[in-house]
Order: sequence, then structure tokens, then C-alpha cells
Amino acid sequence: MIVLDKVNKWYGQYHALADVSERVEKNEVVVVCGPSGSGKSTLIRTLNRLEEIDGGTISIGGRDIHAPGLDVNALRAGIGFVFQHFNLFPHLTSIENCMLAPVNLKRASKAEAKAYALELLDGVGLAHKADAYPHELSGGQQQRVAIARALAMRPPVMLFDEPTSALDPEMVGEVLQVMRKLAGQGMTMVCVTHEMGFAREVADRVWFMSEGRILERATPEDFFTHPAHPRAQQFLADYNSR
Amino acid sequence: MIELIQDYWLYFLVGQYPNGPLGGLTLTVLLSAAALLLAMPLGLLLGVARVSPWRAVRWPTAVLVQVVRAVPLLLVVFWAYFFLPAVTGVKTGQATTMLMTLVLFDAVYLAEIVAAGIRALPKGQFEGARSLGLSYAQALRLVILPQALRHVSPSLVSQLVATIKATSLGYIIGLSEVSFIATQVNTLVFTKAVEVYLVLALTYFILCFGLSRLAFLLERRMTARAAPAIKVTA
Repeated sequence: MIVLDKVNKWYGQYHALADVSERVEKNEVVVVCGPSGSGKSTLIRTLNRLEEIDGGTISIGGRDIHAPGLDVNALRAGIGFVFQHFNLFPHLTSIENCMLAPVNLKRASKAEAKAYALELLDGVGLAHKADAYPHELSGGQQQRVAIARALAMRPPVMLFDEPTSALDPEMVGEVLQVMRKLAGQGMTMVCVTHEMGFAREVADRVWFMSEGRILERATPEDFFTHPAHPRAQQFLADYNSR
Repeated sequence: MIELIQDYWLYFLVGQYPNGPLGGLTLTVLLSAAALLLAMPLGLLLGVARVSPWRAVRWPTAVLVQVVRAVPLLLVVFWAYFFLPAVTGVKTGQATTMLMTLVLFDAVYLAEIVAAGIRALPKGQFEGARSLGLSYAQALRLVILPQALRHVSPSLVSQLVATIKATSLGYIIGLSEVSFIATQVNTLVFTKAVEVYLVLALTYFILCFGLSRLAFLLERRMTARAAPAIKVTA
């Protein structure tokens, strides 16, 4: 589904991604973890070209996403992206947030988009907040609307960039619940998250990143019980001592 | 005062019309309205160009804005009226000259306000829109501008009000707008300068206050519930 081959990215002198090669299979849930500044967010943002890369190739669904002539808007429409800070549009209601892309990209009539948006909001438990503006919602609710909005284009892949990091602790659960449900429905997902419980329970594989490299790729079982790389061991030790 | 108004109201309202060019308050209102209507789309366009990701668009706009902003409007009016015809060979009338100058000036100031509104939005708004597959233009039109314009609407209204007042500079090139007419009346009557200029001041106040109230009502109608929430973090 997603294939990365020797992906490199530099921010000036800083090597943000170093020879990253990996695959994500269809219906697979991959959790990317690692310390701050390890390149997790950069990596996931290259997948829908919110960040450009300096070397290597990325293909999604068999297509090179940097191929000349590729329509980057069409690419992004087929990939759901959920941000740490939600990035809901504050001048639109929940349902309008979910309808904006399908209607304006002419994927659905207004009525169809509305019906599907309502279905999605119902799926994240927020049908009753369809007409609420983002500022009338809690952080957890906003992030759930943001997930519904990302799903509105019916993408085969969903990317999550630290979706719970900006939330108050009591709201983390409701967002993870929605993500768990999506995974259960067979959605292909790449999630950057510090929620190790979620990784252990939902992920098919865990990638551990440090200094722009994927140092370890393992099943959650292996990763959490006997991590191979010393950095991963340190990371888990730090995490468990919190 | 009553006598003054009785004698000169028509002159004050339309100038020498129909025996001469249309002038007075009517000209001021028409000139202001035309300037506002033309400057707003131009200002929007320049404002968007000012924050464009493409250098070839951004830089010329920046130069235009910086140059126009650094010259007194009075001087530009002079130039446009005396210098431009000498270069182009086309003699433009006073009203047209004033209109073009006002539109250029106003558009440049509006552009800075619009650009500030766009820059003030969190980057995530653009990313959120683009991540859904919206094009740059769609992101601007559907997500960025509706928010940016709402946030800067008080500054926009101030600028539009300033435009109404700036029409009075037409006086110096002999444009018979309302200030010019008031001065004429003052010369004719000679002894009632305070009254004449009081009426003039009141006239501008009514125009400008009227516009800002209108803008306020329009804005309130558009934003019945959607609060301007810049806040993005939880």
C-alpha cells in the first residue's frame, strides 16, 4: 500500500530523515514512536507531501507520489490526515467541516455529502454536535470531528500525526476509541503517537525512530517485551518510569 | 445658518449641475462609492499576492505597496493630474484622475490589511485545507479568506472611511466635490466660515458614520454565531 525507499530529507544541515525504507501493507496499522525530534512527524507528513523529500521514492497504491504530472490535490484527497492541533475550520460547523472537501471537489452533491457527513459524525459519536462550531466543542470532540472530516473523502489510508498530544488526559480515551474502531474496520493506518497502550493493543507493527532513522520495526509484542536496539530499550525504560 | 442652507443647498448638493459638471455632495458620494467598489477587489487581489508562495508574484506587489505607501496621497494626486497627461498625452478629467488615485491608494492599504489577516491565521488552517485535497485557490477562498477578512474587518472599515475623507483632496486639482463647493460658498458669503465648515464637517461625519454602522450591521448579520476562534490548541 505504502512503500518508502531510501527516503531522505534535510533541513539545512540537519538530516531529518536518513535512508528510510519501509512498507505498510493494506489493512495494516503501523504505530510510529520515538523521542521528540526523531523525525516521526516529518516522516508522516512526507506521505501526503505536506513535506517534500530530498531523495528516495515514496509510492502509495502503486503510484510514485512525486511522479511528474501527478496531481498532488488528488493524491491528498485520497489520504486522510489528522493533525495534532485538529485544524478544524472555526468559521464552519462540524458538519460543514466534513462537507467542505467532498462538495468543493465535486465528489458528491450537497445532499449526499451531508448524509455521509452525518453518518461519519454519528460514527465518532457526535451526530448531536453536527451544527456546533469548533469553539463550542471540547478538544476531544474537535479531534473526533477532525477524524470524521478526514474520512469524508473516503480515503483508503489514514495518517495520524500525534492525534492525542494536544488533548487533556481525560479526552485521550475517546479519540483512541475512534481510532481503534477504524482499525477494526480494516482501515490502513499510520499513527505517530506516544500512546504506548494503543500501540500495544491496536498496532500490527511498531516502528521505532531516532535521529531520522527507523531503528527498529517489530510487532508490538516483541517491541514492548524485548526491544532489540539499545535506543529503543532506553526509550521504553524512560517511558515506563514516567 | 438656516438662511445659508436655504440659499445654497442645491449648490452644495450638486455643484453647478446642470449648468456645469456634476459636483458637490453627490460627486463626493459617487466618487467614494466608485473608489470603494473598485478598490476592494483590487485590494483583495493585491493582499493575496502579497502573501503568495510565488516570489514572482510576491515581490512586485511588495514593491508597489512600499512605494505607494511611502508617498503622500496629495503628491500622487498632483502627479496623476499634471505629470501623467504630459507623459501619456491623454488628458484625464479631474474626477477620473481622483478616482484612479484613490483606487490605487486605497487598494494598497487594503492589501496590507488583508495580508496581515492572512498571516495572522495559524499555518494549520492552510495545511488542514490542503490535506483534504483542496487547491491553493480553494483553500484561500473557502478557508483562509473568510476567516482573515472577518478578523481584520474593523481595519478594513477604517480604511474605507478614510477613503471617503480622502476625496476632499480633489479640492487641490479643482475638482468640485463637496469640500471645494463649501469653500466656494464660504467665499461667496464671506462672513459665515464657522457655519459653512460646520455643515461640511457634519456632512462628512454622516457619510463616514453611516458607512461604519452599515459595515457593523452587515458583519453582525454574517457572523451570527460563528465566533472568530483563532485559538487552535486544546
